[in-house]
Amino acid sequence: MWRYAIPVVLLLVLGAFFYRGLYLNPTFVESPLIGKPAPEFTLPDLENPEGTVGTEDIAGRYALLNVWATWCVECRHEHDFLLSLAESGMPIYGLNWKDERDKALEWLEVLGDPYVASAVDEIGDVAIDYGVYGAPETFLIGPDLTILAKHIGPLSTAIWEARFAPLIESHHGAP
Amino acid sequence: MIPELGQFALILACCLAICQAALPLAGAQTGRRDWMVMARSAATGQFVFVVIAYAVLTHAFVTDDFSVRFVALHSNSDLPLGYKIAAVWGGHEGSLLLWSLMLALWTLAVAAAGRSQPLEFASRVLGVLGIVSAGVLLFTLLTSNPFDRLLPPVIDGNDLNPLLQDPAMVAHPPLLYVGYVGMAVPFAFAVAALLTGKLDRNWARWTRPWTVGAWIFLTVGIALGSWWAYYELGWGGWWFWDPVENASFMPWLMGTALIHSLAVTERRGIFKSWTVLLAIAAFTLSLLGTFLVRSGVLISVHSFASDPERGLFILLLLLLISGGSLVLYAFRAHNFEAEGGFRLVSRESFLLANNILLVVACGLILFGTLYPLFHDAMGAGNLSVGEPFFNVVFLVPMLPLAFLLGLGMHAAWQKMNPKTLIGRLRWLGIAALLVAVVFPLIAYGSTGVMTIVGITAGVWVTLSSLIEPVSRWLDSRAVRLTRAQWGMFIAHLGVGLFIIGASVTSAFTIETDRAVRIGETWEVAGFDIEFRGLRQVEGPNFVADEGEFELRRDGEFIATLRPQKRIYRVRTEPMTEAAIDGRMARDVFVALGEPLGDGAWSIRAQYKPMIRFIWFGCVIMALGGLLAATDRRYREPVRERAEAKSRVGKPAEQGGH
Amino acid sequence: MPALTRLRALARGASTLAMAALLALGAALHAQEIVEGFEDPALDARYRDLIHEIRCMKCQNQSIAESPIDQAADIRRLVRVLMVDGLSDAEIRAYLAERYGDFINYRPPFKPSTWLLWSAPVILLAGGAFVFARVLRERMGQPLDEDIDR
Repeated sequence: MWRYAIPVVLLLVLGAFFYRGLYLNPTFVESPLIGKPAPEFTLPDLENPEGTVGTEDIAGRYALLNVWATWCVECRHEHDFLLSLAESGMPIYGLNWKDERDKALEWLEVLGDPYVASAVDEIGDVAIDYGVYGAPETFLIGPDLTILAKHIGPLSTAIWEARFAPLIESHHGAP
Repeated sequence: MIPELGQFALILACCLAICQAALPLAGAQTGRRDWMVMARSAATGQFVFVVIAYAVLTHAFVTDDFSVRFVALHSNSDLPLGYKIAAVWGGHEGSLLLWSLMLALWTLAVAAAGRSQPLEFASRVLGVLGIVSAGVLLFTLLTSNPFDRLLPPVIDGNDLNPLLQDPAMVAHPPLLYVGYVGMAVPFAFAVAALLTGKLDRNWARWTRPWTVGAWIFLTVGIALGSWWAYYELGWGGWWFWDPVENASFMPWLMGTALIHSLAVTERRGIFKSWTVLLAIAAFTLSLLGTFLVRSGVLISVHSFASDPERGLFILLLLLLISGGSLVLYAFRAHNFEAEGGFRLVSRESFLLANNILLVVACGLILFGTLYPLFHDAMGAGNLSVGEPFFNVVFLVPMLPLAFLLGLGMHAAWQKMNPKTLIGRLRWLGIAALLVAVVFPLIAYGSTGVMTIVGITAGVWVTLSSLIEPVSRWLDSRAVRLTRAQWGMFIAHLGVGLFIIGASVTSAFTIETDRAVRIGETWEVAGFDIEFRGLRQVEGPNFVADEGEFELRRDGEFIATLRPQKRIYRVRTEPMTEAAIDGRMARDVFVALGEPLGDGAWSIRAQYKPMIRFIWFGCVIMALGGLLAATDRRYREPVRERAEAKSRVGKPAEQGGH
Repeated sequence: MPALTRLRALARGASTLAMAALLALGAALHAQEIVEGFEDPALDARYRDLIHEIRCMKCQNQSIAESPIDQAADIRRLVRVLMVDGLSDAEIRAYLAERYGDFINYRPPFKPSTWLLWSAPVILLAGGAFVFARVLRERMGQPLDEDIDR
């Protein structure tokens, strides 16, 4: 007789999952690289074509790797925040993704350059190594080149304070 | 002013729906005849006002009233008139109004047919339908009002999504909705039976044609969606296991199980509580589909704009309506247990297996569709479950079902000698296997294990469906088949054709991507295609590059194909319109890719053998359903008959149930 | 990581090849070049099946085979490079999952959190068989109807 109650129970369990699901974001994908070493790369420097920018330069302190491009509309939205972040002393490295050198240089000249240096990833292979699929994306990289966090979409004060800043502070505390 | 009238009409419709729900149900409970009788008039009133509201919204589209936000978002003054009318269901709010309209239509039909039913039962049916109507109308009014104003109004609208500007895409939602919503009818019948505490063979006889009717529309609606995806999306695929596609397929599977379960209940008076459960499940899945499309819980190309608030409302509606009926089921279902024996080889046995396999298939699809949600909710991160999972997993219950289908059609009720059954059909099975082994080698030059299995299943079902009609036609002295029997054989014939088409096209499709310059010819699957030219064309609300291709075989001209790459003026996304030369035996499919520079284009050409059998099979299935639903026995007035008349044999040992 | 550098070199090589191919197209289109695919039919068939199983990360539920966007083309190119490099289908899927997460594969992985998913067919079918046997046993013990009319 009790078996007639099984359907209701199943429905309620399903309902609970749906309720939870309403407040999850199905498009949010956690990067599998978090906690792993940042993929090594050495790419041409945007401003100095003879020189290179790579993971060797980033290592040694907390830094951001920001994937950007002139064709990316949302990158413009975070640009001012990046400038203020750079001014406050946070080192930001750019990964200029599938872009044209001249346009990129012009953009930085007009809008300001928050980057210590920008690496030119014309073909996009380094971006693939980092699991990039839509600019802007920003990685927080630790001194030992471990990827601590990744944010997809424009960076803002709110996101910085909620996700990135606490990680830097907590890691500072660790031996 | 007029849109406000539409809103007012909706409010009135909602009030009437609440009346339609409350009065008859209370009346049936307390025996008040005057309340029960209100059901029909409330239903009629609700229908009138929903129609008025719908007409007002359509009018807003037709007159380009861009002060109505919904119209501004989904229409444009350059949009052809037909698409303006169709744009009503091109977005969330309007499609909800279509839902209500379909439900009101079904309700009216049920009310009219209910004259021959006992008043208490009929008013309960309408009462339950009233609850559903009221729920949907409240949802519309409170969270998704199509008559919201946009002030100040825009000069011109945002245009209808170009993907929807297509005849098949216009017909797909209404047909699908008739089916989806139609599952509310057997649901209402089931809940009414639970409330009344009585379920007999007459109940099954009333419920079955409504179920088949809704099922027919679901079949055609789903097939139309698949057909549209094939020729419109430009990639040659016909089913993607997208969550919203699955959401329409699951009620179809349950509906199919329900139709077959009703057959047993109608004939033997058993499987009653199971049938009731299936009816509740089928409509629950319809509501679930509505939830999935509009809540943002899953990602889909079909999703309407997502909103957790709306999602929450639908979830509550779902839990109330389905949960409520399942609670009722938990308490009342045991009343329906009935005696009725059958043996291992019998039609009941095959129908039981059919039901179990269909439910397993439905459960697997539900599980796979929702698994990313479960996985994420448990904190294990995001996951994708797609074609590779479903294609494999779906076959697990479906292949056995196909083989059993061929046998079950010919099984006698209660018991049958297995030798008799197999004796008739053994040769058909062998013939099917032979065809499956030989045909691919001859026609396509290759084969494979799954190909042989698939074609065997398809041919087996086809032959098994044909043998009875054909043999009776050849034998002039044989008893004629009833319309319902014709319906059954034809519907199953449709299934067989579908399986053949799906197997052949999956195995032998050829896809190519070539860089071609004007004037050049290339070969695909034995056909020669010549790129003859490219020109610019203008449509009412788009501009396009149109290519001209000549299709030849062995030097003989077959057809000229003109695929387009369109850019709509308002929403500037590029849209590929493929050109197809279609025959039952094969489709040749050409689509423009990207310009590669220096006069060369990348051209996608595909060869799709027997793909039309897929949709043709669905149409035949629907035709079979139509025949079965209009059998004379449903159109005759029902005579009350005593339930437990001639049970002969030893008195049953009453132990368990 | 030598593997990465090697693959990257290959990728650069492949892109150079692609560039060269495009240039060649510009110069003289002899036979109709395959735009995206392989000459070897077996390899091409494998490629087409594989790209239908990989998700376009930016799309609303489309595979990279169906998606017209740039990013999908990038991943398709990567798949071709990996295939040329001799990776099996499973290895290619793992390569992508390492970078993009399990989300990128339409074929769910086989790991503890998905055992339930992959074993569902067997479990449900077994359950169904059990139900069938129980119902049948019950009904076989019940009497048949002597006179049954339509």
